[in-house]
Amino acid sequence: MSITDEVVDYDEALAAYDPVLGLEVHVELNTATKMFCGCATGFGAEPNTQVCPVCLGLPGALPVVNEKGVEAAIRIGLALNCSIADWCRFARKNYFYPDMPKNFQTSQYDEPIAFDGYLDVELEDGSTYRVEIERAHMEEDTGKSLHVGGSTGRIQGAEYSLVDYNRAGIPLIEIVTKPLTGTGAKAPLVAKAYVAALRDLLKALNVSDVRMEQGSMRCDANVSIMPKGAEKFGTRTETKNVNSLRSVERAVRYEISRQAAVLNAGGSILQETRHWHEDTGVTTSGRPKSDADDYRYFPEPDLVPIAPSRAEVDRLRETLPEPPAQRRKRLQSAWGYSDLEMRDVVNAGAVDLIEQTVEAGASPAGARKWWSGELARRANAEGKTVSDFGVTPAHVAELDGLVKAGRLNDSMARQVMDGVIAGEGTPTQVADTRGLELVQDDSALEAAVDKVIAANEPIAAKVRDGKLNAAGALIGQVMKEMKGQADAAKARELILAKLAPDAS
Amino acid sequence: MSSLSRDEVAHVAMLARIQLSDEELDKLAGQLDQIVGYVGQVNEIAADDVPPMSHPLPLVNVTRPDEVRPSLTQEQALANAPASDLGRFEVPRILDED
Repeated sequence: MSITDEVVDYDEALAAYDPVLGLEVHVELNTATKMFCGCATGFGAEPNTQVCPVCLGLPGALPVVNEKGVEAAIRIGLALNCSIADWCRFARKNYFYPDMPKNFQTSQYDEPIAFDGYLDVELEDGSTYRVEIERAHMEEDTGKSLHVGGSTGRIQGAEYSLVDYNRAGIPLIEIVTKPLTGTGAKAPLVAKAYVAALRDLLKALNVSDVRMEQGSMRCDANVSIMPKGAEKFGTRTETKNVNSLRSVERAVRYEISRQAAVLNAGGSILQETRHWHEDTGVTTSGRPKSDADDYRYFPEPDLVPIAPSRAEVDRLRETLPEPPAQRRKRLQSAWGYSDLEMRDVVNAGAVDLIEQTVEAGASPAGARKWWSGELARRANAEGKTVSDFGVTPAHVAELDGLVKAGRLNDSMARQVMDGVIAGEGTPTQVADTRGLELVQDDSALEAAVDKVIAANEPIAAKVRDGKLNAAGALIGQVMKEMKGQADAAKARELILAKLAPDAS
Repeated sequence: MSSLSRDEVAHVAMLARIQLSDEELDKLAGQLDQIVGYVGQVNEIAADDVPPMSHPLPLVNVTRPDEVRPSLTQEQALANAPASDLGRFEVPRILDED
């Protein structure tokens, strides 16, 4: 197995070749039970404690379809602008691999529940690309293997494997795009933007946790290249195990560069499965497609067809959420955020939180400052997300209110936030307990200002001469004098008033 | 009427992980060809107006509510496993050494 593949520079590859992409995304549904049996689906249970005769493939066990699984599949199809089948069947996909104890996966073959749709995705440069959807079909997840022996914990070199079937049978929807052409150099960005848009959509539908790092959403990327201007697609490779948005972009980019190097050297692309390595940023050869990839699909005899009535489909259509891209535009305009501010909010995963904070009475600017400013900064520093701190929209709205009412200044508000994160109570409780309150007594502030001006005549003179920036040093000292318990804006106002050229 | 070749039988046997000797292949190829021919008589009767069926019952949409039911215990699940370790089924090496 060669792991030192040649690559050519990406721009050079794009000058000579057009890439074609095809993306397959598997998403685990968040149903309480498996697709064909009543076993629970919770993540992280003891191995083989969420299994039964059906999902273990014991003789005589009969599957029954989870109605929520079908509903979720139809809603996903509708949200992707697909047609919904009047009538469709499950099929057996036969293969020998210990992750499926039945020796087949119950899937759908030539009769997917949803087909012929599209999803418009917005790229980072602001342009839009329409991703055509080939199909979305229902199937079941496989078990998880632990490979023992060998040095790497990988399947290669392992002496034997240990299998946990808790995941086997969890409802899975596979969403397959049509070949994506005409992307040119933007192919990696289109791939990433599509997976991101799909994730947002599935989250809005509330059909899955869509946590790529936990494997509840997984992406396989088919990539081929053809000489510029050619009509016939090149031979494609399928890169598996691409499980973050960044990896989707990198893996597509890498495959384009690698394939270009192979073709430039006069070689040909092998149709094969490749594995993505997050750490080194390369793909390596898996196994070539072969005769053994004949899955001998046939209609599942143990399950009757699914035939959703048009009334049922219409009922489910009514449950679709506002499309995420449309919702973001609406909220951005309502909140008056710039494009850059909105992007920070989205990247911080704070859209819902800000919406709730504004509903709880905060100003959009105040809500943004906390969620995509202070809390996002802390989250980044600690490798968390903004929702991990136990801070609620109600907390932020209350804190914003305390600042607006003049009880706290910014630095005090941050101390209050420390207290809220530490679990000391609501912002008001924390401010009370910690004794944080701006001194409202102007005479104390005025005395401090006079004292500082008297002690810093050279600086005061500069301010009198119109160098207003110099006032900062005085404000700092006044705040120190007041032990931080003063309104800095008010201190500045007082200093400037006292040092105004026309003041005597 | 299409006939089933010896090579096709060998291919299907490979897919099904059934090891057949040359004699068995000769014998089964003939027998399977007869079976396919016999079943193929259905095609002579069923015209285009008879849709293919995969299930004898005229039922659709048999589903169950999404409610958790008891699973087996780990001990029960592993009871018939030839080998197990760490609460998991132990299976032989998956990839050949190379």
